Amino acid sequence: MSTVPTTQSGVEADAAAIRSALSTTPRPPRAGARTSALAFGWRGMLKVKHVPEQLLDVTITPVMFVLMFTYLFGGAIAGSTSEYRDFVIPGVLVMAVIFTTVYSGIAINTDLTKGVIDRFRSLPIWKPSPLVGALLGDCVRYLVAGTVIIVLGLILGFRPDNGVPGVLAALGLVILFSFSLSWVFTTMGLLMRSPNAVMNAGFMSIFPITFLSNIYVESETLPKGLEAFVDVNPITHLVSASRGLMDGSLDSTNLIVVLATATALTAVFGPLTSRLYRTRT
Amino acid sequence: MTNGLPLAVEASGLEKSFGETRAVAGVDLAVRAGSVYGVLGPNGAGKTTTIRMLATLLRPDRGSARVLGHDVVEDADEVRGLVALTGQLASVDEDLTGRENLILLGWLLGMKRSQAKTRADELLEAFGLAEASAKLVKHYSGGMRRKLDIAASLVVTPQVLFLDEPTTGLDPRSRNQVWDIIRALSTEGTTILLCTQYLEEADQLADGLAVIDHGKVIAEGTPAQLKASVGSAALHVRLLEPEQRPEAERVLQGALETVHLESDPAALSAPCADAERAAEAVGALGRSGISVAGFSLAQPSLDEVFLALTGRPAEPDEEAEEEVAA
Repeated sequence: MSTVPTTQSGVEADAAAIRSALSTTPRPPRAGARTSALAFGWRGMLKVKHVPEQLLDVTITPVMFVLMFTYLFGGAIAGSTSEYRDFVIPGVLVMAVIFTTVYSGIAINTDLTKGVIDRFRSLPIWKPSPLVGALLGDCVRYLVAGTVIIVLGLILGFRPDNGVPGVLAALGLVILFSFSLSWVFTTMGLLMRSPNAVMNAGFMSIFPITFLSNIYVESETLPKGLEAFVDVNPITHLVSASRGLMDGSLDSTNLIVVLATATALTAVFGPLTSRLYRTRT
Repeated sequence: MTNGLPLAVEASGLEKSFGETRAVAGVDLAVRAGSVYGVLGPNGAGKTTTIRMLATLLRPDRGSARVLGHDVVEDADEVRGLVALTGQLASVDEDLTGRENLILLGWLLGMKRSQAKTRADELLEAFGLAEASAKLVKHYSGGMRRKLDIAASLVVTPQVLFLDEPTTGLDPRSRNQVWDIIRALSTEGTTILLCTQYLEEADQLADGLAVIDHGKVIAEGTPAQLKASVGSAALHVRLLEPEQRPEAERVLQGALETVHLESDPAALSAPCADAERAAEAVGALGRSGISVAGFSLAQPSLDEVFLALTGRPAEPDEEAEEEVAA
């Protein structure tokens, strides 16, 4: 028989302390839907705090695009870099935030491959709260990504006519749309096998949809077939609405299309995600 | 089984299939309130699936189960308010610190934030995790992670705690700590349903025990009853010189009668429940000039329980095929 050192104070679990810890807590009343969603939002933000690099991924690319397109192609596309800058900043704002939505799907899939989802599912809480909370937390990331682009724009001399209220309205609209779009990626996240697969499929679908829009060029300059696609792309309407909100030329059709699309995406993919989240093992 | 005492968990005819695989093929369980009940079986026997159905994570295909009188399908939400689960995969968030994990759960369970923080610190202290409270869980050792996982189940003291293989993969020291925790929980009156692959673990902790194989309960009783049905413990001897084994076999036959030659050419074993007789037998080996490298008096292993209960080893291997051929 070998002797094992028995106690090392401070490191060992203490049976007496465990017993007293057990007997001291009465069960609190159940958490409401709002509380549990907020708690999950807090969880999402803690992850950003612990791994801030994940924000870098999604902000560096748009920053590069702003600089590259403005100074490399701006003169050629729009005649002058300053004119192109004013054109491209609202578009890249949309792109930067939209790209971030893919990460909602990756995060859900990561949860699914770990045991923690079992604990959440076995809690007496409002069922969709892990999802709603995660997306609320993601909205904070959208805000960060959007702010980076706007600040970059200001540094480069971007001064939209509608000033601060216009910029804030555009940012709000973009975040609202992204919230609805992220349900698509959470659905994808629940259907696919690994976080990597979600990342690949997510960006494979988000890239063409964002590039085949009026972010970088006016749709009139495009070949007929492509122009037709770009004109019906909801991203085009979102970009036009953001430009309109910022420079005062808002066409309400764009706004209506954006809000209708956002509602439709949430109505279809919200419940679908919720259902998959409960049934997937 | 009832004899007047309330049942914390009762299952009858539970079934669950995944595609073609019948993971659980009709499980009946009756767990007395306040007891530690072991569910013993090899990997793939259906333990995890059973526990997941009882914890409302999976819907049974057939059969029914009640936890403290609440149906796990009809009153799933009610059941969730009474139970906690520590799963086989760590059911804590690796990207958060230990403290954040516990605060999050306290908050989700309806505590105020300040209350959740106090509770988190109290549990971290009690489980010896105070120093690691600000570390991300992904940097925890296996033992620390398991302790945090159990602590996470106790943020609000559950009436029934499901533990799915709580010590698999842990080193002996951490395993002993987890066992101490389970004993402390049981003393406080929490009913514990414990899935394990180790007979020793069930033996140490469980008041009652069900052996499960291929999704069915194949034996039930107290650990003592179960072991009695398997036969006695055995003396295992390992020699320094394999050439001495024939002689050692003769000596042991003299002392303990039946001797079994192991596949290891230096090892042999003999059924023996009596420590004194075993010591005498080892002494006899020494007196005959046989050099013993090591010996132990061991309880029947899970494999032996299975062999006795099913007539075949827990998991099919080459040996089983040889036996069939012989």
